[in-house]
Amino acid sequence: MSELANNFGRRLHYLNADYGVKSWLLTRDHKRIALLYLASISLFFALGGLMAVGIRLELATPGADLVQPDTYNRLFTMHGVLMIFLFLIPSIPATLGNFLIPLMIGAKDLAFPKVNLASWYVYNIAGLFTLWAVAQGGVDTGWTFYTPYSTTYSNSYVVATALGVFTVGFSSIMTAVNFIVTIHRMRAPGLTWFRLPLFVWAHYATSLVIILGTPVVAVTILMVAAERILRIGIFDPALGGDPVLFQHLFWFYSHPAVYIMILPSMGVISELITAFTRKRIFGYKFIAFASVSIAVLGFLVWGHHMFLSSQSVYAGAVFSVLSMLVAVPSAIKVFNWTATLYKGSVSWDTPMLYALGFIGLFTIGGLTGVMLATLGIDIHVHDTYFVVAHFHYVMVGGAIMGYLGGLHFWWPKITGRLYPVFWSKFSAIVIFVGFNLTFFPQFLLGYLGMPRRYHVYPADFQVLNVMSSAGATILGVGYLIPLFYFFWSMRYGERADRNPWGAIGLEWMTGSPPPTHNFHEPPTVDWDAYAYLPDTPGGTGEAWDAAKPTSEAPEHG
Amino acid sequence: MSEHITPIRTYLLIFFALMILTVVTVAVAMVDLGALNDVVAMGIAIFKASLVVLFFMHVKKSRLMTKITVVASAFWLLILFGLTLSDYVTRGFL
Ligand code: HEM
Ligand SMILES: [Cu+2]
Repeated sequence: MSELANNFGRRLHYLNADYGVKSWLLTRDHKRIALLYLASISLFFALGGLMAVGIRLELATPGADLVQPDTYNRLFTMHGVLMIFLFLIPSIPATLGNFLIPLMIGAKDLAFPKVNLASWYVYNIAGLFTLWAVAQGGVDTGWTFYTPYSTTYSNSYVVATALGVFTVGFSSIMTAVNFIVTIHRMRAPGLTWFRLPLFVWAHYATSLVIILGTPVVAVTILMVAAERILRIGIFDPALGGDPVLFQHLFWFYSHPAVYIMILPSMGVISELITAFTRKRIFGYKFIAFASVSIAVLGFLVWGHHMFLSSQSVYAGAVFSVLSMLVAVPSAIKVFNWTATLYKGSVSWDTPMLYALGFIGLFTIGGLTGVMLATLGIDIHVHDTYFVVAHFHYVMVGGAIMGYLGGLHFWWPKITGRLYPVFWSKFSAIVIFVGFNLTFFPQFLLGYLGMPRRYHVYPADFQVLNVMSSAGATILGVGYLIPLFYFFWSMRYGERADRNPWGAIGLEWMTGSPPPTHNFHEPPTVDWDAYAYLPDTPGGTGEAWDAAKPTSEAPEHG
Repeated sequence: MSEHITPIRTYLLIFFALMILTVVTVAVAMVDLGALNDVVAMGIAIFKASLVVLFFMHVKKSRLMTKITVVASAFWLLILFGLTLSDYVTRGFL
C-alpha cells in the first residue's frame, strides 16, 4: 500500500492520518491545533453571546425588570471579558492563522509545534479559570478593570478573573513568537518578503503588537492583585498611588489590542478581495507597510480613552492628533481594496459578501473613531452608546465579518468539503441586516445622551432600544445558521477539490484537506502574490493552476 | 549556532560590579541631591540592567537580530514612560 493512502485506500491527509482522542489532544500538527482552538473559541463566543442576549433583553424596556442592577453590571463585564480576551483576540490568529501560515509559506509546520500545542492548553486553563470566576458570581468592574473601583471597592471576583486574563495573555504570546520565528525562518525558497500573501504580513504585524503589548497588561494586572491583596500602594491615593496610572498602563496594551483584533481580519480581506475579483491587489507594498505602521502607531494613541479622566489637556491634544494619524494607514487599506474591485471580475460568493460587508462596516467604525478622537466631540459622547456603537462596528462589523468570511473561504481547505451555497449567502445577509439594526440605533442613542453601562433609561429612548434588541435577535439567528451547516457539511457537504475558488497561493496547491506535512514535495516560489492573469475574467485561476507544478498526491478514493 | 564560552571570571566581575552598584544606590539614597535624586537612582539602575542584559543574557555576543530586538523593546518602554509622563508633567500647566 502506498504511504499516501490509508487503510481504506483513501488519500491520506491530516484528518484521517490518525484517529482517537489522544491523537488530537497530543497533536503537534498546526492544522489540528487550529481546529482545537476553533472548538474552544466557539464555546466562549457562544457564552459571550448568551450574556449579550441578557443585556439586550433587559434593555428592551426602560425599567429594571429582568435583572438586578448588580447582576446587570456582571453581565456586561463578563460579556466584554469573554468576547475580547477569550474570543476576539485569539479568533483569527489561533484558528486561520495557525492553519494557514505554514501552508501559505510552504512550510511543514510552525517553528515550535510543541509550544503551539502548549498555547492551546494555557488558553484553556485561562478559560476555565475565568469560567470558575463566572460561576462564583463574576465581576462587575467592566472589562477595563478601572481602579480604584477594581482595587478598593468591588466585592466581585476581580482577582480570579484578572488572573484568567493574565494567563490567556501568555497563550497569545506563545502563538505570536511562533508566528514571528516561522515567518522569518521557514519561508519556501523564492518566497521573498514582498511575495508573501498579505495575510501573512498582517499576522506578522499582529504578532509584534502581541509581544510588545501583552507583557504590560500582564504586569498591570499583577499590580492590581498586589494592591487588592497585599495593600501595596500603586493606584490607591490613600496608599500613595494614582488611579489614572492604571488607565495609562491598561490602554497602553488595550488600544494596541484593538489592532490585534482587526489586523488579522484585514489580512483575510486582502485574500478574499483578490480571489473574487481575479486581480492583483492594488498597492501591495502600501498594504503591507500599512499593517506595520498600524502596529507601530497603535502604541502612540492610548490617551484617547482618557480625555475625561483628569489626564492633562496638553497630553489629550497630543493623543488626539496621534489618534487621527492611525486612521491614515487604515484608510490606505480601504482605498486599496476598493481600487482592487475597480474593473475586476467580481463574483458574489459567500466569502466575498463578508468581505464587502467588512469594507463598509469597518469604514463606518473607523470614521466614528476619528470623530471620537476629536476632543470636543468626545466630551459629549464619551461613555455613551456612541462609543459602544463605534467599537462594535469595528469589532463585530469588521473583525468578526473577516473571521466568518475567512472561515467560509478556507472551509473547503480545512475540511475537504463545500458548505451549502444558499444557506451561507442567506446567513451572510441575515448577519449584515441584524448587525446594522442592532448597532446603528446605538449611534443615535449615544448622540442623544444615553450613557453606557446602565440597566435603566428614560422612556424616550425605548424605540431605538427595541430596534437594537430586535436586531440582536436577528444577528443571533444569523450566527447560528453557519454553526449548523458547518457541522452538516463536515459529513454531507460536497467534496472539494484542492482549489475550489481557482485562487492563487501555496495553500491551494496542496490537497484539501492537506496531508499532515502539508506538501509532498517542498514547493519553490517564483511568482508574486496574487499573480492572477490580467484581462482574463473567470478562468485565470485554472490557467495559473495548469502552469504550476502541483504537489497533489494522486487520488486513491 | 555559534556558542561563545564566557569565562567564569567575567561572570564574577559583573556580579561584583552589580553588588558595588547596589551599595552605591543605597548610599546615594542617604544624600539629598534635590532634583537629581531620581536621575541618579534611575541612571544607576539602567546601568545595572544593561550589565545584566549584555553579559548575563549574552546579548553582547548575540546576532544582530537579537540586538535589534533588545533595543526595540527598550525603545517601546520609552514610549510607555514618555507619553505617560506627557500627562503627569503637564498637568500643572493649566
Ligand atoms: C480608525 C482608528 C480608530 C480611532 C481613531 C479610534 C478612536 C477611539 C476613541 C477616541 C475611543 C474612546 C471613546 C471614548 O471612550 O470616549 C475609542 C473607543 C474604543 N475603540 Fe476605537 N478607534 C479606532 C479604531 C478602533 C478599532 C479598529 C477597534 C477594534 C477592533 C476599536 C475598538 C475600540 C474599543 C473597544 C473602544 C472602547 C473601549 C471601552 O471604553 O470599553 N477602535 N476608539
Ligand atoms: Cu483606542
